[in-house]
This record gives sequence, C-alpha cells and structure tokens, in this order.
Amino acid sequence: MKLNGAQILVDCLKSEGVKHIFGYPGGAVLHIYDALNVCTVIDHILVRHEQGAVHAADGYARTSGKCGVALVTSGPGLTNAVTGIATAFTDSIPMVVVSGQVPSPVIGSDAFQEVDAVGITRSCVKHNFLVKNADDIAETVKKAFYIATTGRPGPVLIDITKDATIAEIEYEGYPQTIKMRSYQPEVQVDAEQIKKAIAIIEKAKKPIIYSGGGSVIGNASKALTTLTHNTGFPITQTLMGLGAFPATDKQSLGMLGMHGTYESNMAMHDSDCIIAVGARFDDRITGNLEKFCPYAKIIHIDIDPSTIGKVVGVDVSIIGQVNDVLQALIQSLDTKKLENIDSWWKQINDWRSVDSMAYRTKQGVIKPQTVIETLYEVTKGEAIVTSDVGQHQMWAAQYYPFDKPRRWINSGGLGTMGFGLPAAMGAKLADPDRDVACVTGDGSIQMMLQELSTMLQYHTPVKIININNGYLGMVRQWQEFFYDKRYSMSYMDALPDFVKLAESYGHIGIKVEKETDLKPALIEAFKQKDRTVFIDILTDPTENVFPMIPSGAGHHEMLLAGRDEMASTNDSGLNLV
Amino acid sequence: MRHIISVMLENEAGALSRVAGLFSARGFNIESLTVAATNDPTLSRMTIVSVGDDNIIEQIVKQLEKLIDVVKVIDLTATEHVERELLLVKIDVNPNTQADIDRQIDQFSGKIIDVSEDTYLIEVAGQSKKINEFLDSLDASKILEVSRTGVTGVCQKRED
Ligand SMILES: Cc1ncc(C[n+]2csc(CCOP(=O)(O)OP(=O)(O)O)c2C)c(N)n1
Ligand SMILES: [Mg+2]
Repeated sequence: MKLNGAQILVDCLKSEGVKHIFGYPGGAVLHIYDALNVCTVIDHILVRHEQGAVHAADGYARTSGKCGVALVTSGPGLTNAVTGIATAFTDSIPMVVVSGQVPSPVIGSDAFQEVDAVGITRSCVKHNFLVKNADDIAETVKKAFYIATTGRPGPVLIDITKDATIAEIEYEGYPQTIKMRSYQPEVQVDAEQIKKAIAIIEKAKKPIIYSGGGSVIGNASKALTTLTHNTGFPITQTLMGLGAFPATDKQSLGMLGMHGTYESNMAMHDSDCIIAVGARFDDRITGNLEKFCPYAKIIHIDIDPSTIGKVVGVDVSIIGQVNDVLQALIQSLDTKKLENIDSWWKQINDWRSVDSMAYRTKQGVIKPQTVIETLYEVTKGEAIVTSDVGQHQMWAAQYYPFDKPRRWINSGGLGTMGFGLPAAMGAKLADPDRDVACVTGDGSIQMMLQELSTMLQYHTPVKIININNGYLGMVRQWQEFFYDKRYSMSYMDALPDFVKLAESYGHIGIKVEKETDLKPALIEAFKQKDRTVFIDILTDPTENVFPMIPSGAGHHEMLLAGRDEMASTNDSGLNLV
Repeated sequence: MRHIISVMLENEAGALSRVAGLFSARGFNIESLTVAATNDPTLSRMTIVSVGDDNIIEQIVKQLEKLIDVVKVIDLTATEHVERELLLVKIDVNPNTQADIDRQIDQFSGKIIDVSEDTYLIEVAGQSKKINEFLDSLDASKILEVSRTGVTGVCQKRED
C-alpha cells in the first residue's frame, strides 16, 4: 500500500492502540495533522500550550498506566514541550513525543523554526530519534513505544522531518515485534540475591519497608501489600509512591522525608533493616546523607541498576521488575522465621502518639490542611488528585490518605509548577468516570491557566481546588525560616479574580472565604459532575508545612508544628537546597 | 584511579554526543575519548579514559550501559589489557641539539616522519605514560606543536 510518511505515522500510532494524542499544530507537522484529521480512532486534544500537551499526556499515562502521546511542531513547539518532557523523565513516566522538524535538506541551515530537537532533549529523555526518511518511521515508532514502556519507563522523542512525512512509499504495515541488541529490558530476578535479602530480613528486629514511585509505575501494589501484611512490617512511602500501599492501613506510617511523618522518619533512622522498593534515595527523602539510617542494613530493589549505590551504599541489591522481585520475596520468605517485632511496634506507636500531623486551627481563617481533609471527606477518598508544586502539594500528600495507586498524580522529581491542571485534564480523559481534583496554588495555577480553555472544548470536568494563600508559599516558608524573613519576590500583589476568570473560560467559579462555607462549596462543586469548577479558597497566608527536616539535618532532627522553633538551617544545609 | 573504559555502541548519528553529554551532565571527568568504527560497520568502539574512585567508575559504567545506543561496556582496567596512544610532536631542531634528540627518539622507539630545515615531526606510540615521559624528556621551549590521539585499548584475552 502506498502511503505518505504522515499516514504511516498515524497508522503506527493506531496499531499501538493509541486513543488520545495531546498536541498543537504548526508548519512542520501539517502533513501529520492532515493524516490525523481523517483518523477516527484517535482523539486529538488541541491544547493551548505545548507544555500543557506533554503534562496532559503525562497525567494520562500516570492514571492509566498506558503510554502518553504528545505531538508538537518544530522549533518553539518543541522548546515549549521540554519542561513537560523533563517532568516525565524525572518521574519515569512512559511517553512518546512526536515533534516536527524542518525538511532534511535544510537541517543545519538555521531554517525557520529549526532547533536541534535531539540535542536539546538529549539529557531529559530516555532516548530520542531523528527520522529523515519515511522508510524509517514504522520501525522507529515501534522502538519508541518499546523503549518508553519497558524497563524503567521514560519519555522518548521522535523528531520527524517534514519531507519524511510527505514522501510516499510502499508501506508494509506496522512491525509486530522488535529486537534491539543494545536494549534488553527483561531481567531475571537473581535467586541468590533473594536469599541474601531474606537472611537480613530474618534477623531484623527493627525492619521497615520504604516504598517509592517504582511500586506505582511497576504495578506492584498488590505484591507490596501482600509482603507488608505477611511480614507485619511497618511501611513508609515516598511522595511518588503514595497509594501503592493503602495509607489507611494500620501498618502504614505515612510519607517519609522532608515533610514526612515523625514516625516514618524516626523509624527510618532507628531501623536495622530497610527494604527499599522502587525508590531512589532522593535528597528530599534522605536529608543529610551522613546522618541517614546509621544502623540499617539496606536491601534495594529496583529495575534500574544505576540507582543502586548511586546515593547510598546498600548491602543487598535486587535488580528486576519490582513486582517480580516482591513475588519472589513473598514466595521465599518463611514468616515463621521472622523475629518478633512487638517492641519495635511499641516504639513506633510511641512516635505516632506525638501526632506530628496535628495543626492548630484559628478562628476566622481557613487552614489549608482543613481544605484537604474536607476534600477527602467530600470525595470519600476516591478521587484522583493531581497537584501543582508548593505547600499545597505537600498538604495534599499529607492530608489526603491514598489507598490506591495511580490516584495521586504530582511532579515529584522535577517539581514543575504548572503540572497540575493539564495533568488533571489527562487524568480525566484516562478515567472519565472518576472525580478528578486538581489541588493547586495561586502561583502554580497561573503557569498553565490557558488549559482551562482546552478543558471546556474537550469536556474534561475537573474540580480545581485553589489553595489561595496570596503567596508563593513554599518560597515564603523558606525565606521565613532560612533567610531571616527577608521576603524577596514571594508575594504576588495582583492576583486575578479567579471566579470571574473561570467564568470567562465557560466554567463555574466559587470563592470560599469562611470555613463554614468550605464543605458546602466542595459538595456543591462535586455535584456538578459535568462541569469544571474552580474553587478559590482563601487560606491562612502564614501557614507553613510541618513537620520538617531542615536541609542539612537528619531524620531524627525533625521539627514539629507549634512545638519547635524553626532554627535557621546550617550553611551546608543551605547549600543543599 | 585512572580507568580505561571501552564502549561498543551503535554506529549512529548522535551516539557520540550521548556519551559526551552524559559525562558533562553528570560531572564525570574525561581525560581522553577516542571513537571509530570497528570491523562491524554498524558498531563503533569508543575508548574513554576517566579518573574516579570505585563508586564513580561504577556509576559511569552503569550510566553508559543505560544509554540505549550502547551495546557493551568493558572496564579494561579490570582485566588484562593493552593500551596505546599515538603522539605527533613538532619541535625545533638545530645542529647543536640534533644528536641528543635523535638519541631520545630512538630510546622511545619513535619515528621522524617529516624533517624541514629546522624542525622535526616525530611520531611516538605507546602507553600514555611513555608518551608523557617522552614529552618530558624534550626541551619544552623547543616544542612547537603537540597532537595526541587519546588512548585506545583492547582486552588481551579472547572474548565472546
Ligand atoms: C516552574 C517552576 N518555577 C519555580 C519553582 C520554585 N517554586 C517551588 S514552590 C513555589 C511557590 C509555589 O506557589 P503556589 O503555587 O502559590 O503554591 P504554595 O506554595 O503557595 O502553596 C515556587 C516558586 C518551581 N517549582 N517550578
Ligand atoms: Mg500560594
């Protein structure tokens, strides 16, 4: 069959089972848009900014577990997409981004809308391709999806020159299989390593499971839950891992790290055996490395060998799909041989009784924590919650206990403000019957506001929970604690009227200024099943995120709300920021 | 410690920049890097000399292995291996220094590959250490130009 490159590309995407593409047209991709126009099985979502397209594809991928797909034009289309690509890369999200490129004969001539897409994205993709021939399109697309979705997932860019999309060639169909000598993501779990791990686990008197994003991305939630229940061990989860193990289970100690619970961080610090599951010892987790887990033997489970020993030396590493490794552990573990850990639990319960998540309410102001708790109540804990970046993100993670994986969608690794709204749109398209809430802040929401327009066009009703503290709150918090309250550029003086703004985009806007109005407003908002509702909630402008490990400190040096004076961090801590 | 890392990678546009980019992005040090096609035209061999402690070298190897274009990574330093580097150096000569220089070239098994009225172009091959020693043995003020290829190397044993 004779087809042009663009038609071949669209057929390939169809064959991959792609149902949604998020994109934005331009000169270099007009042939692709022409081919998409007659394709009835793929819905194209026309975003308002390419960064929005990539975040939406990302939210779609995180929610569904499928590969997200975005399509952008050359030059500024591609550069706009870069933040989205880097966001997906840092959090290991499977994604294929197709970008147009100038015609191959003019590459390198500073042609109109030419940028070196492969060069610009190289350090923030799992892999990228430049395709200059229609003949190479099908195999490249096959490779791209294979690479993006296997091993440690990540975004793959396919940069296609315009002439390759125009050329007509004989198309032999989408390849069924692909083999690459330089990429073999399948790994067998090493039985020897399992044995070594079990020997440590059997001796543990103060064990803890530390689970990360890999448990979510690797669909290992069931196995993780089984292992935790079988062993009776306490479990703590990272910002990226929330939901893989139910937060409301009594074995869950909550989140760990900079804004984790007291019991999680103290248990990590005192533990003699840490089972790290799909986690990468990020600096927001470890705090000061010199003070990190001084007594523990560490077992590290990960699909990516380069994470082993990258930050923290470990005693046993087990490379493999998290799910496979956990299954192997479950099968090989004789729970009768485990040490009695009653006294460990007693210690943990003492730490729990400190109630590190307690916060003081104040007459006449709405506490942001209350907003999240009310959101949890109103949605019965069943919503998908996306978030932006800042204090509101931490409160959402702390006060909305996630019991299922893929319900908590946030930019953990890159910390990209602007992620929340387009990600919510992607999440809603992936799971249309579920309530989707975007917890955002007055700063973050203004970074991707334009997507309100897309959300109207494609009917993706989400509930925007704007924690409006009138500040770049997280920046203000750091300036309060660590820069002697020199508030430099953390206050925005001219916020828009968010209610009118939402209305002007065709959505519903609600302003909440009194705590008594909070719950009724949220109930009303979630009743509006098929409308996007922007709930602008004026919250305590001075509230800070607690507990907190100031950078430079260890897990056992947490500071608690209202109980500890936030001492200025030390110089080495400031350098770590 | 100094390590010689041999990388077999797909002979594709951009593969070199992926490796170079990895080193700069992660702050790994490169002393030298050479690359050329092998007997299999679809494969290139890259030889990288880097300095770092065991942890860093382990990270370098793992990060290289993670690159999609990379087929195989060998830390040559960990096995019996041969390393070679080629030096081209142009120096001033005059009748007073000539005899001395000739003797040094001989001692390092070098070759004079071009002679002009008052210059020599010399070629020396061998381990980098030997090349350093040869250069040190010359009068620095007489050296006009130095060009070194960087290290290439192979394992001594048969490999499959
Ligand atoms: C794109 C981007 N720019 C800057 C930052 C640095 N930053 C982190 S949190 C924050 C403030 C966010 O303010 P807001 O959205 O109002 O959230 P709040 O902390 O007030 O809840 C900033 C500027 C970032 N994470 N992302
Ligand atoms: Mg704010």
